[in-house]
Amino acid sequence: MSIASSSPPTRRGDGRLAAVFLAPALLGFLVFLLWPTLRGVYLSFTRFNLLTPAEWVGLDNYERMIHDPIFWDSLKVTVEYVVINIGIQTVAALAIAVLLQRLTRSALLRGIVLTPYLMSNVVAGLVWLWILDTQLGIGNEIISALGADRIPFLADETWAIPTIALINVWRHVGYTALLLFAGLQAIPNDMYEAARVDGASEWRMFWRITMPLLRPVLAVVLIMTVIGSFQVFDTVAVTTAGGPANATNVLQFYIYGSAFGRFQFGYASAMSVALLVVLSAITVLQYRLTRAGRTDLG
Amino acid sequence: MRLRTLTALAGALTLSLVTGCAKGDSTGSSASTVTYWLWDANQLPAYQACAKGFEKENPGLEVRITQLGWSDYWTKLTAGFIAGTQPDVFTDHIQKFGQFADLQVLEPLDDLGIKDSDYQPGLAANWIGQDGHRYGAPKDWDTVALFYNEKMANDAGLTAEQLGGLSWNPEDGGTFEKAIARLTVDRNGKRGDEPGFDKNNVKVYGLATQGGGYGDGQTQWSPFTGSAGWNYTEKARWGTKYQYDSKTFKSVIEWYFGLAKKGYMAPFSDYNVQSNQGNTQIAAGKAAAVFDGAWMISTYNGFKDRDIRTALTPVGPTGRRATMMNGLADSISKASKNKAGARKWVAYLASDKCQKVVGDHGVVFPATPAGTEAAIAAYKKKGIEVSAFTEPVDDRKNFRTFSYPITNYAADVTALMQPEMEAIYGNGKSVNSLDQTTDQINLILDQ
Repeated sequence: MSIASSSPPTRRGDGRLAAVFLAPALLGFLVFLLWPTLRGVYLSFTRFNLLTPAEWVGLDNYERMIHDPIFWDSLKVTVEYVVINIGIQTVAALAIAVLLQRLTRSALLRGIVLTPYLMSNVVAGLVWLWILDTQLGIGNEIISALGADRIPFLADETWAIPTIALINVWRHVGYTALLLFAGLQAIPNDMYEAARVDGASEWRMFWRITMPLLRPVLAVVLIMTVIGSFQVFDTVAVTTAGGPANATNVLQFYIYGSAFGRFQFGYASAMSVALLVVLSAITVLQYRLTRAGRTDLG
Repeated sequence: MRLRTLTALAGALTLSLVTGCAKGDSTGSSASTVTYWLWDANQLPAYQACAKGFEKENPGLEVRITQLGWSDYWTKLTAGFIAGTQPDVFTDHIQKFGQFADLQVLEPLDDLGIKDSDYQPGLAANWIGQDGHRYGAPKDWDTVALFYNEKMANDAGLTAEQLGGLSWNPEDGGTFEKAIARLTVDRNGKRGDEPGFDKNNVKVYGLATQGGGYGDGQTQWSPFTGSAGWNYTEKARWGTKYQYDSKTFKSVIEWYFGLAKKGYMAPFSDYNVQSNQGNTQIAAGKAAAVFDGAWMISTYNGFKDRDIRTALTPVGPTGRRATMMNGLADSISKASKNKAGARKWVAYLASDKCQKVVGDHGVVFPATPAGTEAAIAAYKKKGIEVSAFTEPVDDRKNFRTFSYPITNYAADVTALMQPEMEAIYGNGKSVNSLDQTTDQINLILDQ
C-alpha cells in the first residue's frame, strides 16, 4: 500500500524530467521534419515561386505529374539505379562482413574497409569523374593502353547509371558491411561450434545459421539503404548533372531542378510527395516481407 | 521548481536560437555600404580598382565586393532573394533576366539616364523589360571566335590567313569542313582528308566538343545558325515563338553534329561540363581548334607550351559571318537596403570612368567604346591579338551579331533543349524530333 501511494509522485516527476530532455529533440522534429512535411504537402496543391504568395491550384500539379513523361522517365531511371546499387552493395557488403567475422579479427582491415565512407559524396564523385573521363581519365588511359576501346562511363546513356550506382557502392559498401558485421557479432559462436562438430561446411553454416539469424539486421539495413539510394542526388549533380540526354535525371535531381532552377516549387512539392508515398510503400512492404521486427534467435 | 526553471531555460535557449537564425543578416548592407556580387575571379581586381575610385568620389560610401563561382553565384543569389540577404547590386546575365523580371526582384533603373548611343550597339536595349522599364546598366560584352593551336595548324599546312577566311554551308561544309578535316589526325598519322583515315581511332580532333549547346549553342552551333540567317525567336526580344523547328535550323544542326560522325569533331561522349570542356581538350592536345568566347582569352593564353591563336567565325550561306554578342549588366535588387547608394554605384559602373579602369586590366571588353579601346590596348600590351572578337562589332557589313535569346521561361527552354540536343548529338536522334520539343516550348511560352 505504502509503495503504491508513494510511486505516483515519482512517476510524475520522471515524466516532467523526461519532457525536459525530450523537448529539444521534439522541437527539432516539429520544426525541421513535421512542419516542412506538412507545408510541402500543402505546397503541392499550389503554384508557388517562393517570392510571391502561393496560389491554390487543387490537383493540377498531380495531374501534370501523371502526364509528365520526364517524371516517369526519372522514376524509371531512379528505380534502375536503386536496383543496381542496392543489389550489388548488399551482396558485396554481406560477403565482406562474413569474411571479416569468420577470417580475421584485424581492426586495421575493418578500418580500411570503411575508408571510402569517410570521403564526402561530392569528393568521391569528382575523383571518379576524373578517373573515368572518356578522353583524359587515367582509367580510360589504362583501358586504351591495354588495346581496348575507351568506355564513356559517364557520358553514354547505357553506362551512366550503372557507373554512378557502382561509384556509390564503392563509397557505401564498407559502412553497410560494418553494420552487418555488428549484426553478425550478435550470433552466438556456439551455434557455429555445434554445426562444425556435426560436420557442416562454411557454405552450409552461412545459409543455415548466418543468414536466418542475421535477417532482422539485414532487413533494417536494407530498408535504410533503399531509402538512401532512392534519394541519390549529389553524385549525379557532380558527375553528369542529369545527362547525357536525361539518362541520369534521377527523381531527386528532377525535383531540385524544377524547384531551384525553374522556380516551380508547387510541382516540385507534388513530386516530393509522390516520392514519399513510394518510399513509405516500399518500406512497409520490405518490413512485412522480411519480418524485420522478429528475430529467429531464441 | 528547479524543473520549471530548467524547462524555461531550455525553452528560452531554443527560442533564442531559432529567432537568432531568422534575424541573421549576412549582407552587411547599410546606408554607408553597397554590397556588390560578381562571378568572374579574373575581373575582381578590375572592379576593386573601380570601387576605389568610386569611394574617393563618394566619401562615406563603401563598396563591399563578393566573388562567387558561376554555379554558386546563382544558387546563392536566388537564396538571397528569398531570405532577404541579397546584395544591393549584382552582375546580371541575359539568360536569367527574364526569370528575375518575372519574379519581380529587380529595381527599375530608368532614372539613371542610360543611353543606347553611349554603349556598343544593342547592349543597352537588351535590358529593357517587357513592361518598358530598364533593369540593367551595360557593363561589358563578348563575342565568339575560333581558337586554334598554331603548331597543329602549321603541321596541317594551314596559314592564319586561310583559317581567317573560311566559309561553310550545310551541304558540303565548305572550306571550313575541309580545314577541320585537315586538322584531324588518326592513330596512324593519317589526316581527316586523306584516304584511309580511320574515323574510329582519332588522336587529335579538328574541332573540340563543347557539348550539345543547350538552347543557345553560344560556343557550339550558333556561329553557324547565325550565319545561315536563323533567329531563335520570331522577334529580337521577348519573342513567344522559338524556331527550333525551322528547316534552316534543322539542316545546320544535322550538318554540325554530323562533323562528329565523320570523326572531325570530338564525339559527345568526350564532353563533360565538369571535367572536359573545349578548353581542356585544347590544353591536353586532344583537339586542334574550338569555338569559344572572349571571356576565355586569358585562359587560352595561359596554356603552357601551346601557342593558341584566334580566327574569325566562318562566312555562312548568307554571305556574312556571325557571332553571338552577349553583354552583362549590373542590376539592383528590389529589396536592396541602400537603393540610393546602389544607384550611385551602378551609375559609376556604367560610366566611362569605371569602364576605362576595367578595360585597362585587359580581362574583358567593357560596354562603352572608350572602355573597349582601353581593353584592346591592354590586351595588346600583353601581346594578345583580339581582333577576331572586336571585328564583328566594328564591321557590321560583313558580320552579323545577335543576342542571347531573351524570353520568358528561359530555364524551362534550357531544361527541354538540353536533353534534346544531347540526344541528337550523342545518340543520333533525328533532328525532326525538334518539332515536338519546339511545340512543347512554345506551349509553355503561351501560358
